[in-house]
Amino acid sequence: MLDCLVVDDSRTVRRAARRMLEARGFEVREAEDGQQALEACRAALPKLVLLDWNMPVMDGITFLRHAREEFGPDEPRIMLCTTESDFSRIVTALESGAQEYIMKPFDDAILAGKLEVLGLLPDEAA
Amino acid sequence: MSGAAFDTIAALVRSRAGIVLGADKAYMLDTRLGGLMRAEGFGNLDSLAAKLRSPGTERLAAAVTEALTTNESFFFRDGKPFDHLRRVLPRLISARGAGAKLRVLSAACSTGQEAYSVAMVAESLGLLSRIEVVGTDLSVEVVRRAREGVYSQFEVQRGLPVQMLVKHFKQEGGQWRISEAMRAVARFETGNLLADLRHLGRFDVVFCRNVLIYFDAPTKTRVLSALAERLAPDGVLYLGGAETVLGLTDRFTVIEGERGVYAPVGSPKQALAV
Repeated sequence: MLDCLVVDDSRTVRRAARRMLEARGFEVREAEDGQQALEACRAALPKLVLLDWNMPVMDGITFLRHAREEFGPDEPRIMLCTTESDFSRIVTALESGAQEYIMKPFDDAILAGKLEVLGLLPDEAA
Repeated sequence: MSGAAFDTIAALVRSRAGIVLGADKAYMLDTRLGGLMRAEGFGNLDSLAAKLRSPGTERLAAAVTEALTTNESFFFRDGKPFDHLRRVLPRLISARGAGAKLRVLSAACSTGQEAYSVAMVAESLGLLSRIEVVGTDLSVEVVRRAREGVYSQFEVQRGLPVQMLVKHFKQEGGQWRISEAMRAVARFETGNLLADLRHLGRFDVVFCRNVLIYFDAPTKTRVLSALAERLAPDGVLYLGGAETVLGLTDRFTVIEGERGVYAPVGSPKQALAV
């Protein structure tokens, strides 16, 4: 089964993302910041990380850099999901090893499109 | 809304756009025509329909038709046709020889996402200078937007890989503008698929996706015949995943293993293989 770690300090966002992902067959875990996300990845590496940028303790971009150093360039797939929509921020995320980027607010159609780009829509990912 | 008002509007949209508006779609009229009714000073659909029945209402009839035309579109919609296109364009280029340009039609192009997706595929293959994309749509407003090539944050996130966004768009405040390189190979014009298409010329690839579903069977046949006339003998036709030519025309044959991808009957073997 596909699994996703949703990393966001907002409980509301985590719940919304969980609902959309579970509807598409994902098993979902949650983390509230980058540090918790690193520990969750060490426990079991997920297929996908949906990652907020601005969080306490450890922000998303710091997590991203640690994750790429520790787990390699390809896995897990990491998709930023953030209110940061500036062009330069997107480029920074891609250069740091993110594979996709969602600018909040987002809806199910946007999430589905991005999952398809990553080859992670369940019927394509088998 | 009275039954007579619905009948008037449904008949208008059918005659002008070929679109069949079933009674189950009556709920759409208030939502889709609300803005137009307010702008034109009509209190309800009955008074709008009454006006449409009187002579000299060409502009209003065009506006009503435009408001009821489905305009939803997004980049790289459904994904797979564009994967197929990546294989088709090199084959067609080598078949045409040096210097020749491939022509792609995006029929019912809406706000241009499909046409620009084709341009982005061509660019990724190093074939941008060898392609011309023509988009046509019934709606004056969506053609204006397609030409402008400016999209909201929502629109650029629906189906568009972020690497393509960074490569082919410029951020302008909260909006994203397609690059001049993409705009240079795409042109857009208003046009009705039920009208004579000969002035558009011959195409190597035709996209006509999620359009036929709005037509009745005789209209689908008519549109498919007109598109067959416009398509090169070794060209490719893309329909929506839920659309088919079966029972409508014998001028196209399905490309085996692909969904919604068709070649003209009598197409060379190599065309059917890709």
